[in-house]
Amino acid sequence: MNLLTHIPVLVIVIPLLAAFASPIIGKLNKKNLGLFVSVILGITLILTLILATNVLTKGPAIYVFGGEDISLTHPSGLFAPIRIIFQIDAMSIFMGLIASLVFFLASVYSLSYMKSHEGLEKYYTLLLLLATGMSGMVYTGDTFNFFVFLEIASIASVALISFKGTDCGEPAEAGLKYIVVSAIAGSMVLFSVAIFYGQYNVLNMATIAEVMQFTQLDKIALILLVTVLAMKAGSVPMHMWTPDSYSEAPAAITMVLVAVSQASLYALFRFTFTLYNIKMNTVAVGWIIIILGVLSMFIGVTMAIIQKDIKRLMAYHAVSQTGYMLLGVGVGLAVLANPIALETFGIKAMEGGIFHIMNHAMYKGLLFLTAGALFFRTGTRDLNKMGGLGNNMIYTAVFFIIGAAAIAGIPPFNGFASKLIIYESVYQFNPLLAIIAMLVSILTLASFVKVFHSAFLGPKMEQFKDVKEVPKSMLFAMATLAFIIIIFGLFPDLVVKNIVHPAVMALINQSSYTEVILGGM
Amino acid sequence: MNIGLLETGSGSWNAIIWIVMVVVIGIVVLWVRSQGEEKYKKDTNQTKPFLSGNPEVSKEDSHVSASHIYWGFTEALKKYYKPLVTLHTGDLNDYSGWIVLVMAIILIIVGVS
Repeated sequence: MNLLTHIPVLVIVIPLLAAFASPIIGKLNKKNLGLFVSVILGITLILTLILATNVLTKGPAIYVFGGEDISLTHPSGLFAPIRIIFQIDAMSIFMGLIASLVFFLASVYSLSYMKSHEGLEKYYTLLLLLATGMSGMVYTGDTFNFFVFLEIASIASVALISFKGTDCGEPAEAGLKYIVVSAIAGSMVLFSVAIFYGQYNVLNMATIAEVMQFTQLDKIALILLVTVLAMKAGSVPMHMWTPDSYSEAPAAITMVLVAVSQASLYALFRFTFTLYNIKMNTVAVGWIIIILGVLSMFIGVTMAIIQKDIKRLMAYHAVSQTGYMLLGVGVGLAVLANPIALETFGIKAMEGGIFHIMNHAMYKGLLFLTAGALFFRTGTRDLNKMGGLGNNMIYTAVFFIIGAAAIAGIPPFNGFASKLIIYESVYQFNPLLAIIAMLVSILTLASFVKVFHSAFLGPKMEQFKDVKEVPKSMLFAMATLAFIIIIFGLFPDLVVKNIVHPAVMALINQSSYTEVILGGM
Repeated sequence: MNIGLLETGSGSWNAIIWIVMVVVIGIVVLWVRSQGEEKYKKDTNQTKPFLSGNPEVSKEDSHVSASHIYWGFTEALKKYYKPLVTLHTGDLNDYSGWIVLVMAIILIIVGVS
């Protein structure tokens, strides 16, 4: 059997098995545990790149668990697919690429950042479990299996947010808040899955999409899913857990939490486009997502401006940037049933929104890592206590400038490319929305000018005169993200054409998703 | 050459051309600057800021801290910020309340649509 055919499961199983092996390896050789995890996540990244090449050139990858054949999705004699199936289309692999890259860089960054911490075997075990959870969320084609991976990701996230210890007030409080909102989200997702199963006797997404009647119960499931997945993505006014959680987690974990939130955003798009599609009132649901997006953009950025904790400030910006994604994809959803509008600007708006997911993972990841670098050297997140650090931390300052310019949508960085697509396409849908989006970008720039001035500019401060640049593993993670930001900014057409556009079309074309599964008899 | 040319739906964007333009404009700006005053005296009073009245504070003390930046902006928008900050209570019960409220609004919209 060709090993390549098993990549869809290997990208889940390798980090999962490594998670269970980590405590043992930690006992045997504590010093090299971080390196082991980095190698594991590096292998996962390479396998994901191979998988992505296959999916983007040959079409969706299917993996049936427990069957005679991994591609036998619908055995004869059965009324519908009953086994757990991974269905990896262009949209799934788009998210998978983000996940594998972010987790690999988080592990490399942690080599130095977490070196002085106790209980690293727990830290790395949880990091690997989180990687497993997020990958599972984006690869699975089964609604109940999605719930399971969502729970794995949530529980691992909670423990990592509170990693500093339950006896530390704020991390413990942040973890408690996260577990409560995650439990609400998990319960509602499970309830929705039960609604689908109760009506149609199936859990497979493609099959549910095929037999969906859009009954009153389906409407309830839709309401629950849209609400809790938007909340897990950090949408206003359900965003308040994000600054609490993002600010207390270790920097590398904050970076992966951003990606995990985006996995919930993926699920929101997957359920609305793939399961419901034009059977629901796309205009109404599209406008709900647009309004959540606009609120997130504006309230997120205005709350960010007044923060003095660097990570809370960045967390509010994460909320704000999620708004752009919701806006772009929301416009696409609102015009989904209108082929002319969809063709004229809807697809482009979605390309902007989806491209922004990847860009955001890169620059927001970079910004959180620079915040971590500042904390690593100064021991504070309070911007009022910082100043003049650009004198001693030149590389960190440069990486911060790249990240800040990208998030503010300054050319030639990647954030500009995706925002430009959003502005122009959304303007054709509703000019006011595009104007708000541009205003938010200006406020974003203002906010990061404040951070740069407060942390990096000014004369050397007495208490930071001996501060040094951060270790090489942390610089490597930041440099990699900065490099990607620049390349994606210089050649956005290559990314949009080869990765983003296929992902958008995978969402829009519901039949392309269902035929892969239901045609496998 | 189409490498780097991003179609935006209404037009296009090319970062490479933008960079070339920035470099060209930068060269022009530097040339204009080179035509200016040449009598600049390094390490003289010309390089010091003019602070009228008060004695000059040390460089370390002159750094404006984060809380003081955009003071005017937040002061002018006090009516916007006061309720907004008040809504961010940090109370977990409120977090759950917002979820319920949004769910109810979506229920009404999807229910009647």
